[in-house]
Parts: sequence; C-alpha cells; structure tokens
Amino acid sequence: MQNRKNRQKSKRIFLIPLFITIAVFFSLTISLPGQENFPDPEGKTGTPTYGDAFVVGEIGDARTLIPILASDSPSSYIVDLVFDGLIKYNTSVELVGNLAESWDIEEDSLVIVFHLRKNVKWHDGYPFRAKDVKFTYECLIDPKVPTPYSGDFKMVKSVEVADDYTVKIIYKEPFAPGLTSWGMPIMPKHLLEGENLLTTEFARNPIGTGRYKFKRWKTGERIDLVSNHEYFEHRPYIDRYIYRVIPDSATMFLELETLGIDSMGLTPLQFTRLTETPFFKKRFQKFKYPSFGYTYMAYNLKDDKFKDKRVRQALNYAVDKKEIIDGVLLGQGKVSHGQFVPESWAFNKDVKPYPFDPKKAKKILEECGWRDRDNDGWLDKDGRRFEFTILTNQGNDNRRMTAEIIQRRLKDIGIKVNIRILEWSVFLNEFVNKKKFEAIILGWGLGREPDCYDIFHSSKTKEGEFNFISYANPRIDRLLIEGRRTFDLEKRKEIYNKIHEILYDDQPYMFLYVPDSLVAVHNRFQGIKVSPIGITYNFIDWWVPRDRQRYTY
Amino acid sequence: MIPILIGITIISFAVIHLAPGKPTDLMVQLKPNVDLEAREKLNQIYGLDKPIYVQYFNWIKKLARLDFGRSFIDNRPVMEKISERLPVTILINVLAMAIIFLFSIPIGVKSAVRRGSVFDKTTTIFVFMGFAAPSFWIGLLLMSFFGVRLGILPVSGIASLDFENFTLIHKVLDVMRHLVLPVSVISIGGLAGISRYMRQSMLGVISQDYVRTARAKGLPEKTVIYKHALGNALLPIITILGLSVPSLISGSVIIETIFSIPGMGRLMFESVFTRDYNVIMAGLVVSAFLTLFGNLIADIAYAYADPRIRYGK
Repeated sequence: MQNRKNRQKSKRIFLIPLFITIAVFFSLTISLPGQENFPDPEGKTGTPTYGDAFVVGEIGDARTLIPILASDSPSSYIVDLVFDGLIKYNTSVELVGNLAESWDIEEDSLVIVFHLRKNVKWHDGYPFRAKDVKFTYECLIDPKVPTPYSGDFKMVKSVEVADDYTVKIIYKEPFAPGLTSWGMPIMPKHLLEGENLLTTEFARNPIGTGRYKFKRWKTGERIDLVSNHEYFEHRPYIDRYIYRVIPDSATMFLELETLGIDSMGLTPLQFTRLTETPFFKKRFQKFKYPSFGYTYMAYNLKDDKFKDKRVRQALNYAVDKKEIIDGVLLGQGKVSHGQFVPESWAFNKDVKPYPFDPKKAKKILEECGWRDRDNDGWLDKDGRRFEFTILTNQGNDNRRMTAEIIQRRLKDIGIKVNIRILEWSVFLNEFVNKKKFEAIILGWGLGREPDCYDIFHSSKTKEGEFNFISYANPRIDRLLIEGRRTFDLEKRKEIYNKIHEILYDDQPYMFLYVPDSLVAVHNRFQGIKVSPIGITYNFIDWWVPRDRQRYTY
Repeated sequence: MIPILIGITIISFAVIHLAPGKPTDLMVQLKPNVDLEAREKLNQIYGLDKPIYVQYFNWIKKLARLDFGRSFIDNRPVMEKISERLPVTILINVLAMAIIFLFSIPIGVKSAVRRGSVFDKTTTIFVFMGFAAPSFWIGLLLMSFFGVRLGILPVSGIASLDFENFTLIHKVLDVMRHLVLPVSVISIGGLAGISRYMRQSMLGVISQDYVRTARAKGLPEKTVIYKHALGNALLPIITILGLSVPSLISGSVIIETIFSIPGMGRLMFESVFTRDYNVIMAGLVVSAFLTLFGNLIADIAYAYADPRIRYGK
C-alpha cells in the first residue's frame, strides 16, 4: 500500500517537468500576429509598383563594407548595392558609364578622361564630385591600406581633378585592363578623409551613392538595406533588401520552402530534383545562366611527362567532358573551350573542343613513345610507367568527383592516376605555390576583363603567383602584352581570340567545364531578365504587384 | 593559475601559427588581380612577417592590458565580436542544461529505484536513441516537421524579419519560439549522459548502509529516496555540471550552424578556418575562464549539497 502511494508520488514528480515543458512548447507553437502566410495568386503583369522586401539567403556574412577592403563575395555583394563605380558592364558584357556619363581615351591611350554625372548625391545628401574619385585612388595606393586591389592601379601615374565633374587618369604606359578597374566603387571623401580605414565606423555603417542605403547590420544574422529614393537612374521598386546569413545549405532550402527567404543559389541537385515539385513550381521561378569561370586540370609543365604538348593533347582526347558535366553537375554546365567563357567577347568561336576519342589519344601517346612494353596494362616509356597524382582541395565534392572520372577514363588508355585530397591551406601553400604537384584540379573565377597576363605570362611564376604551372610561350607573352596596350575593342578582340586559340592548342590546362549559376526567386517578383551577367543587374526594375506584397513598411 | 594560463596560450599560439595558411590568405589567394606586392604589403600591415615569438610577445603584452587586439578579418575589436556572440550561446545552453537536468534526474532516479522495470528499459532505449542520432539530423527532421510540414515554428534564426516592429512581449515570445527547436535538439542529445550518470550514482547510493538504516527506522520510502539518497547521489552530477561549462563553445558549433544562430561556436569555427589568430586566441582564453567559472559553480553547489565540505559549520 505504502509502496504504491510512493510510486504514484514519484511518478507525479517526474511528470511535472514534462508537463511544464510540453505546455511551454505548445504555447510557443501558436502563431503570432504578423506571421500569417500570404495567399499566392498567379502572377500578374502590369505597371510596376513600389513596396515589399527581397530576402536573400547566403552562406556567409560580410566582413567589411569598405569597398576597397571588401574581398570576399558576401561583402562585395552588399558593397555592390550600396556603392557605384565609374563604369559597369551592360548585359552584352560591354563597359558602359555608371557614375561616369562617358569617357575619352586621349594622348596615345595614356590618359583616360571620365566625365561624371552631375545629379548624383551620397546617401547623406552631399553631392558626388571628382575629388571623391581622386580620394578613392589615393586610398587604393596608400601603403598603409591593406587593400588587395592595389595591383590594378600600379600602372596609374596620377589622377587629376580637372573640374568638379571631370577626372583625368594618367597612365605610365597604355593599359587597357585599367579601364575595367574603374568599376571599383567610389568612396566619399567628406566622410573618410583622415579616417583610419582599418578602424573606422564606416566599415559597418557605409554611405554610398548606390541603389540601396545601408540600414542595419546584425553580425552573423542579417544585413538590411533600404531603397535609395534619390538614386540617379530611378528609385528601386523593391523597398527593402534583406541579406540573411544561413550557414547550412539544407537549412537554407527549408527556409526557402517556408518563405523565410525569397531567393537562394541552388545546387545542381536542388535545381534538377528537389525543386521539380508542384509545391515549388507554384511558388518559385528558377533561373540558370553560365557563371564567369571554369574548372580545369592543370599540369605541372616542369614535369617531364607533361612537357610534350602532344601528350597533353592526347589526354584531352581521352577525357569526356560531357560525361563529367552530366555526372558532377547533373548536366547544369557547359564544356569549357579554353580560358574565356562563351559569353565573353574574347571567346573565339572557331575553336572547337576536342571530341572524346580514346583511340586517337592512344595513337598520339604511342607516337610520343608511350606504349605498354611490359604488358602490365599501363603505358610506359624508358622503363617508367605513366602514372601521376591529381591533387585537389577538400570540401569541394565536384572537384573530387571530376578527378575520379578522369582517373577512370585515363585508366582506359593505360595511364595510372592517383587522387589526393588536401586541406585548402595545405594544398595551396605547400603544393600549388611551391609547384610540388603533377596535376591539380582547380577553378578560376574570372572577371569580365579577358586580360590573363597574371595566369599565363612567363614572368608570373614566382612562389604564390598564378602561373604555377610554369607555362612559357613567347607568342602568348607577346600577345598578352599587346592586349594590355590596345584599347580598340575590335583589335583587342583579335588579340584575345588568338590567345584563346593558342592556349587551347597548347593545352597547359585540360579545360573541363563552365558551371551554370542556378538561382530560385519567389514568383511574386516581376521584371527579372536573365542575361550573360546574371539576373541582379536590373534589380532596381524588379517589382511586386501590390496584392502580392508580403512585407509592408 | 597564471603560469598554467600562460602555458596554455604559448602552446595554442604555436599550434595555431604552425597550421599552414595565414589570415590574409582568403583576401588574396587565387585572385588573378591581386599581385605579389599587394600580398606582402598585407602581411606587413598585420605584422605577420615578424617571427612567431615576436608576434606572441606583442599579443601577450596587449593581453596584460586586457586588450585582445583586433580581428584580422574585419578589423573589429575582438572583445566586441565575442561580446555580441556570447550571450545567445550562453542563453541556449543554460536553457538546454536546465531542461536536461529537469528530465534526466527524475529519469535516472526512477530507473535506479525500479531497476530492470519496463520503465527503466524503455527510457534507456529512448534516451540512447537520442544520444546516438546525430544532432544535425534530428535538427533537420524537427525543422522539416515543425517548420515546413506543420508550419508552426520558425525554421532557423533567432528573430523574425520584422522583429523591430514588435512590442516587448511579442519580442520575447518571438525569440522563445525561435529557441524551441535548437534547445530541444541539444536537450535530446544531452539527456542520455546525465540520466545514465544519475541512475548509476543512485544505484550506488541505494545499496549503502545509511539507506538501509533509514529504511529500518521506518521512514517512508519517499523520504528515504529523495532526502537521504538523492542528496548524495547528486554529487557526481554536480561535477559533470562544472565540467560541461567550457564545452559550451565547442559543443554549439553544429547547432548554431544548422539553426543559423550567430553564436560563439560559429565564431570560433569560422575563425579557425580563416586563421583569424586574435579571435581564436581570445576564444581560448574565454574558454579557460569558463572552465574556472564552471569549477567555481561546482564548488558552490557541492557546499550546498554536501554539508561535509561547508566551512565554519
């Protein structure tokens, strides 16, 4: 009797915390006002209206919003909305004016004169003037400022303010890629003069001239921007821009499904499978455009095996790029035809990618002296087996899988490939920079400017420089310099087309693929147009019909 | 204490700097437009070109003035970065700890008292399932169920998008709603350990002579268990409580990443990957202090639970 009573009591004691917790849990699951899901009628077209917010999810947080110090993509992303450069690229990947209305190239291409817009104001109301351009330049070349972009401005001899709306840039020698570098966002002199750029409050409270004004930054959580009503083109239709930091990609996808975010970049798997549901199709629009970059396998050209151009060509025949794209990117990419992406004007349309032809590969290798003399299934020459190791970095499954496919294809023609995956810093510092590798798989993210002097010029082979494959071709060297000195677009086109052709023939890299950028955006946003430079270039023209706006301010 | 602390900092400093890579790497590596000179300039500005012992002395000199320096990544004072991240991590862990103790002590006591019963066996199974399942998996399942399927709880983050416009009560409720899932996930994972310890320690105590004496005196079973036995059985649990304080930081990485919570664990994790030396070192010093603090709490709790170690009585 006594015992049972105790049992009941102890049961009760056990149940109390259970009840409390469950009660708290359920009381919290009751929806709060302001949380209802808005109905989602079919999209309408009509005249653009103001209002609503665009919430984008990204993996990482920004670091600094000082344009010339921002080197990571989240920071650049925000900086791009808050600040403007003198020039920008249009949808056909040509340079057009931004803060500068127009520009002239004078005195044998040694001087660029920018004519600035007259109706531009900083977000604090202060007018934008030529002295701001000069100030930005002075910060860029200041030895005390840790900017990674100073290299672009090394060739500048001086920057002169002719009047409030005219800036003269004088170069030491003609330098065509220099024009692109003036896409560098311009910083306000009246706010930053005399400030230490490293410690200034401005880094977390920027004032620019751009489409959106900075409002608030909650570290590691979100950054809020509000539309700039005075923007010199026109007031953006979307009132707010909210950048949410969601470090886990699975979580981000769940947030997208619950409309916690309106847009995110998708993986090929998400793009081809997870978003192909009726639920998703009813709520989201998907976009796909080629990214400006490519993945490649680079050979160490100091290695005896790869010195012969014919061997590299043979390897290119032996690997099926289409297969890699289908297997690794689930078809969401294009075969890389060389250094330039198909959307670039530098791209040479006459360069045809090698077909997949293992027989031909074998034949070429045999001509070069590689054949299976000891009948062990592997090619050999001078008593040494054709064997090499592909290095790549940890954490990038696409590169690992690419290496595995290459391994299999080269095995078919009798080449033994080993794969070694290394932690990023070790990979770069101990192997790539020190040139201790046979082959590596890496990718280049390219700018719109085709100049690739730093990647392929024979002088750029010091430790930590980008010609880590020790590529040296006097013709390429000459063309690269010529390309830098020529401003005329038609002539430049010829030069870079030539470079493209020679590089593809030389095969210093095995060019593999150009991945597609895949993006989902909620379908209440109207006016999105895909272009070779992505979808966000006309963000100020995006709008949401009044009855579908989700957020009100 | 001080020599130990200095020893810890020397070893950590050396280990962190021995790892390949520098904080400036991410700013410059594999960017075709960043040339060698720009890189060397960066290293100079941040003092990374100096020998490691010089860098250490510079660091410890500042530390003596309680200055942790600035982050290499965004140049903000390290103390500022840590102080905006620490509170949410502590909040989540304290809540989770409270729930863990609230549940695991009764579970442990009951399983011990009724050892071998159905209750003992079923709780063992469930508790171990929670222990064995990876927290990120449970997290995603809960998010997908409560957040997406039922749509009654927010998926991630610590506040709603229009948080600023809320009233105070609404704000508190909003944060609590966001904390339900992360706190649950941590609690599910932590339940097993503590309830097992509790069970074990209770079993040990129940077979002691004084418990038999208490029963022989004819005291009700409830008094025997909850007054005589539980007090003593709690002592090892208090030790564990003290020990678990420093793991607050390291243990939060996964939860904070999955639930997009800007806390200390994520800060440390990201800093290690970006080689943000100053933040890592400050984080380690903070952990060291948390360890001391945990010990202090444990000592105070001991004094409360165990009259033998109270002074002056």
